[in-house]
Amino acid sequence: MTKGQAISLQKNDGGSLTAVRMGLGWQAAPRRGLFGSRTREVDLDASAVLFADKQPVDVVFFRHLVSDDGSVRHTGDNLVGGVGQGGDDEAILVDLQRIPVHIDQIVFTVNSFTGQTFQEVQNAFCRLVDETNGQELARYTLAGGGAYTAQIMAKVHRTGPGWTMTALGTPANGRTFQDLMPAILPHL
Amino acid sequence: MTAELVRGQNHPLSQARLEIRVSAGAPIVAGATLSDENGKVHGTEWVAHPGAPTLPGLEVSRQAAADHRLAVDLDAVPEVVHRVSVLLALPTGVGGPVRFGAVAAPFVAVTGLDGSEVASYTITGLDAESAVVALELYRRQGAWKVRAVGQGYAGGLAELLADQNLPEAGLLANGINDAVAQGLARSVPAPPQGDRSRQQATPAMGPDQGGTAPTSPYGTQGASGAVPPPPATPPYGGQPPHHTPAAGYPAAPADPPAANGGINYSHPGRQNTAPPPPAPPVPPAQPGQPGQPVAGDATGWSMDERLYNQVWGMFEDLARTTAAYRSAVDFADSRMEKELDQVLSDPRSRIGGQGDAAREAAQAKHAQLVDQARATLDRDLAQLTAESDVVEPALPPAYARWDNPVWHAYRVPMETPMALRLGDLHLPESDPLRIPMLVRLPLERGLWIDSGTPGSLDGAFHDSHDLRRLALETAVAHAARLLAVHPAGDFTVHVIDPAGSGAQALAPLVQTGVLAAPPAVGAAGVTEVLGRLTQRVDLVQMAVRGGASESLPPGFDTSEQLLIVNDFPHGFDDRAVNQLRYLADEGPSVGVHLMMVADREEASAYGPLLDPLWRSLLRLTPVPEDHLADPWVGHAWTYEPPLVPPGSQVLQQVLTQVAAARRSWNR
Repeated sequence: MTKGQAISLQKNDGGSLTAVRMGLGWQAAPRRGLFGSRTREVDLDASAVLFADKQPVDVVFFRHLVSDDGSVRHTGDNLVGGVGQGGDDEAILVDLQRIPVHIDQIVFTVNSFTGQTFQEVQNAFCRLVDETNGQELARYTLAGGGAYTAQIMAKVHRTGPGWTMTALGTPANGRTFQDLMPAILPHL
Repeated sequence: MTAELVRGQNHPLSQARLEIRVSAGAPIVAGATLSDENGKVHGTEWVAHPGAPTLPGLEVSRQAAADHRLAVDLDAVPEVVHRVSVLLALPTGVGGPVRFGAVAAPFVAVTGLDGSEVASYTITGLDAESAVVALELYRRQGAWKVRAVGQGYAGGLAELLADQNLPEAGLLANGINDAVAQGLARSVPAPPQGDRSRQQATPAMGPDQGGTAPTSPYGTQGASGAVPPPPATPPYGGQPPHHTPAAGYPAAPADPPAANGGINYSHPGRQNTAPPPPAPPVPPAQPGQPGQPVAGDATGWSMDERLYNQVWGMFEDLARTTAAYRSAVDFADSRMEKELDQVLSDPRSRIGGQGDAAREAAQAKHAQLVDQARATLDRDLAQLTAESDVVEPALPPAYARWDNPVWHAYRVPMETPMALRLGDLHLPESDPLRIPMLVRLPLERGLWIDSGTPGSLDGAFHDSHDLRRLALETAVAHAARLLAVHPAGDFTVHVIDPAGSGAQALAPLVQTGVLAAPPAVGAAGVTEVLGRLTQRVDLVQMAVRGGASESLPPGFDTSEQLLIVNDFPHGFDDRAVNQLRYLADEGPSVGVHLMMVADREEASAYGPLLDPLWRSLLRLTPVPEDHLADPWVGHAWTYEPPLVPPGSQVLQQVLTQVAAARRSWNR
């Protein structure tokens, strides 16, 4: 999937996707020097913003792990990343069938909370997975992606009875999703 | 904390369900004798041994082995039994060692069900002895303790049993040795770990209650007017239990009874002596349809815990689906408002029918979205209502409404349940659907039954006299429920009614005789009861801090205490008020709980001094009121107190049984 490409989450057999997961993984910064404790940890955060007609209604992030309606769930904050084995260190699960009727778009973002740019982070990636069968729908490599501290990854939005996902992959700068709002709005 | 005992030393036992682990360098026989307060073993049926491995509350191995685990449930041991002696013996006639001096010193440990060691004892100094009393568990002032004994007998089991005044000692000793010899002959070569087989002890040992449920369930908005910090969720990572109505969780693995020395593959650290009842089968869902709801369809080690988790799951589901509905309706409202504003501000709409058309279009969009949202809500409500219809009748007394037939089959329980129903909760969008309000036991906060003038929802007029009576009746219903769900003697209720104004409402408690003493009246009564409970809190705290719970004075009542205070602050002087605040702060952690039946206005003379008191209590109302917030979204839920249906005698019947059980327990 490339930037700007949209895929329908309707399945070929007429059924539709019921659950997607946004996964975020990165490798902990290597310890170096005598003062091991002084190496700077890398904390990336995944967030999802729920919009109704371009108005943000709810946000799922490390301070609010479950949307009020229960349809979007964050698996919990990871402050240091993993060992770079390719697993998701943070994930956001979306139950598309339980999303309130007025919510028409959900935007996924990644931020570097500790301020390192993606150039300085090793093996960072984010991806979207069809939670029902584990199939990867989109994957971005963040590492080496430029001197940015955030990325607006993708959005899922209603089309008719089902949902469509559009890959955005727009780099941005910011510590948390609030900083990204101006960058998100043009994509809605 | 493990206490390593030396011979003769004792140690208090805070848990009733224990394992006694024995390891020795060679296969040995483990058994136990029960004796009464005079130390008498009444007969062979008071001895647990490989030939008769189970007694109430006690189970030993069927075989000689180098390692043993004896299961003990002190709550299930008959009341006449005052001492359980754990004995070890070398098997005779099998060609093994014949004296303990020839084998490694046996090691005995008392552990909790989670494997945490409470006390241990290495039996040293044995020589020609071939049987030894290793430990004894004994009652002392209502509590159990363990003592390291280490009394050896060169004459073997027969001498040991004879020393316990058992008339048929010799015969029994021979019987035991026969059973062991047969067991050895039957058994396959012992696995390296020795005999790990263990059958289920007779009494149903209860659930591991270390559930993942939120423990501080309800925030109150009423007491301080402030919205409580919403989630009971840890800041990072943890999630409140969520609930998947249609997912059939696999039943917790039930230990199959190991037949005659078979290996038990259950996890020792998760040992539940009673296999949890299997999860109810979930009928397969029709395609495209949610599955049929089933009571107990949640995770948990016991039906109690499953129902508790299921009720909390329903609570969360209702909170969240209502949040989705309200959010959608709010959005529809604000969108329509904006569109109507645009119509008004657009000069073109003032001409002809354009404005009307635009207005109608905006209203139609609004109606369509609200209808959609309502349809989703109705779908979820139908599911939750169907679930509630099967769950409510399945609830045990502690969770059930007073009109549930389960109360007519009430019997005094053997164990404290994990939670208690304090009332019902509902939201205006889903009015007929009631969620049981379950809080964990022991209570973490005191209760405040507010007899002040409420913002009554149903608009009914309550004069202050009526409200006071209702509040006290509500308090009595709560207290009766607390008494009823605790084992006899585990829960004691004190009442302070300084002016005697509550006599009528308190009658069910007084007349059935479930109170520790008649309600205390007058300033002297207030002082006396508060002084006693304050002293108790002090003593227990000192003992706990000093790690010296055996130093509590003789006759010390170890049960949980509830103090009902009516008509506060009538009859209270400054000293009594301070004692009350102390009890509210320090009591819950040492088993002293407070239930205030009070109108905050009447204590306003104390000013902000009492604010911390009111804030520390969970405020409940005698009439429906929407003052409780859920921990996820923070909706204001309407609370309804659990009142006994008018004309029902169930409260009296239940309390009569409680009183009878208390009397026989006191004997």
